[in-house]
Amino acid sequence: MAFLSYLINGLSLGSVYAIIALGYTMVYGIAKMLNFAHGDIMMVGAYVAFFALTSFGIPVIPSVLLSMLATTVLGVVIERLAYKPLRHATSLSVLITAIGVSYFLQNGAQLLWSSSTKVFPAIISNGSVKLFGGELQISYLTLVTIVVCIAVMVCLTLFINKTKTGMAMRACSEDKGAATLMGINVNMIISITFAIGSGIAAIAAVLLCATYPTLSPTLGSMPGIKAFTAAVFGGIGSIPGAFLGGLMLGVIEILAKAYVSTQLSDAIVFAVLIIVLLIKPTGLLGRKLSEKV
Amino acid sequence: MLKVENLVVKYGMIEAIKGISFEVNDGEIVTLIGANGAGKTTTMHAISGLVKPVSGSIQLDGVELTKVQPHKILSMGLAQVPEGRRVFAQETVEENLTLGAFFRKDKDKIRTDMDFVYDLFPRLKERSSQLAGTLSGGEQQMLAMGRALMADPRIMLLDEPSMGLSPLLVSEIFSIIEEINKKGTTVLLVEQNAKRALAIADHAYVLETGNITLHGTGQELSQDERVQKAYLGG
Repeated sequence: MAFLSYLINGLSLGSVYAIIALGYTMVYGIAKMLNFAHGDIMMVGAYVAFFALTSFGIPVIPSVLLSMLATTVLGVVIERLAYKPLRHATSLSVLITAIGVSYFLQNGAQLLWSSSTKVFPAIISNGSVKLFGGELQISYLTLVTIVVCIAVMVCLTLFINKTKTGMAMRACSEDKGAATLMGINVNMIISITFAIGSGIAAIAAVLLCATYPTLSPTLGSMPGIKAFTAAVFGGIGSIPGAFLGGLMLGVIEILAKAYVSTQLSDAIVFAVLIIVLLIKPTGLLGRKLSEKV
Repeated sequence: MLKVENLVVKYGMIEAIKGISFEVNDGEIVTLIGANGAGKTTTMHAISGLVKPVSGSIQLDGVELTKVQPHKILSMGLAQVPEGRRVFAQETVEENLTLGAFFRKDKDKIRTDMDFVYDLFPRLKERSSQLAGTLSGGEQQMLAMGRALMADPRIMLLDEPSMGLSPLLVSEIFSIIEEINKKGTTVLLVEQNAKRALAIADHAYVLETGNITLHGTGQELSQDERVQKAYLGG
């Protein structure tokens, strides 16, 4: 029964990773860049939600929406100011810029909100669902986290597969030049991608802070790296891959903590990543693109 | 209809197009022939806005295309079938065609145009739910052409449509180009296969290392000694 409980906790943590990883993978799939500031955009979302909840006393759902609005705008502005001028630069320049943006956001947060930690309020009641005569307890928070992640995943999949904008995104991810020839405004599609990826990062931020309620300006960096790992694990650029990768990463991390060692858990997570990439270099669901001439 | 004047395109320090001028009139088939590296594809990309020219002008019915955002050029009636087809390999044939009509809002007309494309290329209809990446080279070329037709263009640019195809398929593709032209679409055709291109062209230009060196009707150029020697294996 303990195993089942760990598994569910792992899925819950993995859900948070998955939502962040979705943002990473979408941006990579379309803009072909790694937005290393993604975790820090999430951090800003966490602070916005924190102030909305505590200083302004706004209810939970509107606070989350406000936080999403803030990260959406932040993501689009960052893309416009920092990445768009580098559209034709080498990928290394873009990568370094992204790392720069990451530090900019962390230091900006320190300046604005100080580096001392803040405690995120409880947003979901403390109860739990008891199964097997009380042997297995699943907290409401865990359930909400998993359900929200699945909902985000379903909405995103529908959006990408069923809407016209989604189709344009798919076209851009394959061939931007050809997409332009189809009359698709590639810059607009890239902006939309940043908007969606950053917007859902705010959801991840609130879920993460609800589980680990300590706020600091660096709170985004470790989950950011984990989510990036999850995205690579699942096959970067693939949306189901990010979802699967996120969930698996969460489960492996929690199981490693429970059965092996708390200190070694991160090492184990990355060891699994290395093994997966050795066997399947494109990640679990990554596609190998082959061209026919 | 399409007028290119003193067009100059550079890649870094290298001048790929050195001030060329040519014209495509309404209803014509005009071809630009030349060897590898002559600047044919660069010229096509400049017209569609995929590369920015250094100087010169490209006018479509009097509108300066170099000042138009690239993604808006298609809706002005100019479609391009790019070199190497560049179909969306991960999308189905039907999705590729739908993408060709991306900017259009006239749903009923889109449907009729898709039927027209399927009539023109019955093989695409058979494979409409297949991923474009699984098609043969010839089928991909048909798809790329069909996709361009879905924009209901007034002028269609074709960049090396015969590349890598068997002689039989080349004949099929060229007769379809003529058919498209007869239906009222102006054609600008870039080709290495000079013999075929000159045979269907009203006007032709020879492009050599970024300069236009010869110009005449398709027939004139196919009988020109220099062209025969350099491009027709005469």
